[in-house]
Amino acid sequence: MNLTLKIWRQIDANDKGKMVDYKVTEISEHMSFLEMMDVLNEQLVNTGEEPVAFDHDCREGICGMCSMYINGEAHGPDRGVTTCQLHMRMFKDGDTITIEPFRAKAFPVIKDLVVDRSAFDRIQHAGGYISVNTSGNTQDANATLISKHAADEAMDAATCIGCGACVASCKNASAMLFVGAKVSQYALLPQGQVEAADRVKNMVAQMDLEGFGNCTNTGACEIECPKGISLENIARMNRELLKANV
Amino acid sequence: MSGFFKSSIGRKYAMALSAFFLMFFLLQHFAINILSVFSPDAFNEASHFMGTFWAVQYVLQPVLIFGVMYHFIMGFILEIKNRNARVAKYAKNNGAANSSWMSRNMIYSGLAILAFLVLHFIDFWLPEISTKYIQGDMSGLLADSEGFRYYEELTHKFVNPLRVGAYVIAFVFLSLHLTHGFSSAFQSSGVSSMRKEKLQIFGKVYAIAIPLGFIAIALFHHFNH
Repeated sequence: MNLTLKIWRQIDANDKGKMVDYKVTEISEHMSFLEMMDVLNEQLVNTGEEPVAFDHDCREGICGMCSMYINGEAHGPDRGVTTCQLHMRMFKDGDTITIEPFRAKAFPVIKDLVVDRSAFDRIQHAGGYISVNTSGNTQDANATLISKHAADEAMDAATCIGCGACVASCKNASAMLFVGAKVSQYALLPQGQVEAADRVKNMVAQMDLEGFGNCTNTGACEIECPKGISLENIARMNRELLKANV
Repeated sequence: MSGFFKSSIGRKYAMALSAFFLMFFLLQHFAINILSVFSPDAFNEASHFMGTFWAVQYVLQPVLIFGVMYHFIMGFILEIKNRNARVAKYAKNNGAANSSWMSRNMIYSGLAILAFLVLHFIDFWLPEISTKYIQGDMSGLLADSEGFRYYEELTHKFVNPLRVGAYVIAFVFLSLHLTHGFSSAFQSSGVSSMRKEKLQIFGKVYAIAIPLGFIAIALFHHFNH
């Protein structure tokens, strides 16, 4: 495949940035999107140009590092995949592909397609954990009985990899699907009950402080989430916050 | 609890509560208006009761005005905050790939409804308040006869085709607003998805039937008088 790429280039956080056109040729449809980016970068290095900076790590849809906004959608046009799992067979020979960083005030661009998602880390630090004794007397996990339904729902919520596609896709740059998932994974389990009220209050307060927008229930986050995190987690977070305040 | 309503989620709860109240009011308004098609006398009686009963006038009416104002003002505040949450826009954004037009444009359907409300207040509410509380005429009677004035005033307003056209357009926007707003209000209130599935069917029927009913009433009076 021969492709035209329109890529956001930005030298650093202070640079204004702009879209730049590139041509790539002989791209295999079996390549992943990041492998296609590797081909482009090799081409740029060989011609003495600055390669395009983009986030990546595991390249198997687990780490949540890759974060491109491809042709107007987070992680591109495929469903239930991260950018590293997106294959070039989703595109056609001669296509023009627009590649941008995830856009949100709370996710400032560091360079090219790399954004600072440490706002998610600060939300997690505010309460996305349980305090347990790990001094050698840890209780056996199977000693606490949990219903299959609750365990499944908690596990579904826990599959959130914190990639930020929900924020990138939301017209309001809201982080409520991420925070909803992180609140839910503990709210559904007995281990999470002790700190439940403080957890949801602190995480929501930190989310608001970071400058994310409000949820208007468009459902875009759920559709674009590579892990299929359900909107039900936002409803559960809302219930948890109300419960914590009455 | 005051901190709750200052949070992003607390504000969404408040928006949902005002939406529930307004949707209930709309149903009640429709129930009275539809009487005008089937029985002018019943419409006059109901209008006179609503226009003179103290609990409606001095309790529910101020709550309604507060509810309408809160819903609009908070809607604008949230819209501004949401726009500020993404300063740099995407060069290419495919919103249609993951969300409905209605859900992405609530502010515009809301603005169309606000423009309609201004017209509606000038048409009906301000003359009603003037007659009752400035001129002091609480009788509800026509000036030159013993009959009630409400049905006459209603039918007189719908003679003008431009007004009827404006009402029809406004109710189309109301339907679009309700199509997303109904289920959105339940989602914001934290209602679980199992309950929401059943409510969504009712919501779709409500969002289409009520505005369509208001349009039918306006057209009925336009073509019958």
